[in-house]
Amino acid sequence: MLKPHDYATTDFLQILRSRCPEQVANWNQLNGLQQEYPRNFLEGTTVLALVYNDGVIIAGDRQATEGYQVGERRIQKVFKIDRHTAIAVAGVAGPCFETAKLFQVQVEFYEKMEGTPLSLEGQANYLASLVRANLSLVMQGLVVLPIFAGFDLKQQKGRIFKYDVLGGRYEEDAYYSIGSGGKDARSTLKKLFQPDMTEQAALKAIVEALWDAADEDIATGGPDLIRKIFPTLTVITKDGISDIPDATVAELFQELVSRLEQG
Amino acid sequence: MSTPYYVSPEQIWEDKKVFVDRGIEQAKEVIVLAYKDGLLMVAENPRRTLFKISEIYDRIALASTGRVSEYEALRVAGIREAEVKGYTYYREDVTGKWLTNIYSQHISAIAQAWDVKPLEIELLVCEVNGRPDVHSQIYKISFDGTYEELDKFAVIGGRAEAITESLYETYKEGLELKDALQLAASTFESIESKESEPYQITPETIEVSCLDSTIGRRKFRRFSVDEIAEIYNHAS
Repeated sequence: MLKPHDYATTDFLQILRSRCPEQVANWNQLNGLQQEYPRNFLEGTTVLALVYNDGVIIAGDRQATEGYQVGERRIQKVFKIDRHTAIAVAGVAGPCFETAKLFQVQVEFYEKMEGTPLSLEGQANYLASLVRANLSLVMQGLVVLPIFAGFDLKQQKGRIFKYDVLGGRYEEDAYYSIGSGGKDARSTLKKLFQPDMTEQAALKAIVEALWDAADEDIATGGPDLIRKIFPTLTVITKDGISDIPDATVAELFQELVSRLEQG
Repeated sequence: MSTPYYVSPEQIWEDKKVFVDRGIEQAKEVIVLAYKDGLLMVAENPRRTLFKISEIYDRIALASTGRVSEYEALRVAGIREAEVKGYTYYREDVTGKWLTNIYSQHISAIAQAWDVKPLEIELLVCEVNGRPDVHSQIYKISFDGTYEELDKFAVIGGRAEAITESLYETYKEGLELKDALQLAASTFESIESKESEPYQITPETIEVSCLDSTIGRRKFRRFSVDEIAEIYNHAS
């Protein structure tokens, strides 16, 4: 039976908790477990974001590992949230995807209820609380971390937010990268980043950063030319959000490879 | 001791119907038309935040008329039910028929209760791409919770009957968006003009949204005054 006047809230998570609590993960159950848990679950690796003159690009490789094995080659780590925002997640795949799904539903739910989109800052803050909700996972060594990127229609520029496991929210004004290959990707971005880059230059820098991450970090997947699997590159500008087609990504990697061959 | 007086069920029902009809009589109309790419929804409504047409879920929209507070509560409840279902199962499992049933149950329970007044509202649950073989569906829900399924066009509000009659003559299948908007606007104009002097619809006086089956996951689109003006100019 419909109860129109119950749960008059824009917080979807609260509704989920009271209506169907079995749909909300309760990681506190893990607290009693010993450190020697089985490690047969998937982990996602390198994701990054970079600001350029028209907005921001958010990207990630496609591989997930299961211990020392490749667990999944086509996994998606970049999720579109609304028309101007996206997140990329690194860490334990299951809770990562759940966090992304819940975040996306929450933002859209808010927009429909209120008739106006949730502000970029509002989204960034809400995501911090979702990250913090996974704290007991972190205590088991199972990290879930996102990068949040979007085009701010008020300030007319691309913005990036990074998080720590305690729910700390920090803004980065140029680029950031997390995950097992995050540090390698970050070093490359540090060398290649310039203020007011064009989209082409930004894409080149990202492709090189992902290449370096895959080169140095065993868990990060590079472009898979045989299976035709390429990293996800998602561009966010004032006009909206779109993926760079695989064919273009493939070309960018081929260009990079021929540049590396020439030395 | 006074004897409790008897009122026949027919009389109670009739009274409620008259009561609701009197409320709906004054309600502004909403027209929903199937056009080439989906469903166009047009309401005479100059307000820019209190909408008669709203997005419920990926492929579903709600058009409502009557008392704002009553249909607003149902709009919000519909979004909530849809999101919970879509989150628990799969987004495509949320359908117009399912939502219509939920609304219908609720509305009819209120209409049948002896101690509350019936809701003075009419609703249209609009859906595109419900099934591969169906272009669009419209469910019209009345104050007593009964509903019917329509596919070409539907009208709610005070003069719904007159507008429906007029549309039977003028409606054509496969209209472009601009032609469908033109048709809705001119129907409003002709209905209004009959009663007083010539009446003109302008982009500022109507609320226009569509469910466009050709765009991504979220099919709902609300047009701004500028966008309505642009479509309008192309049509005339």
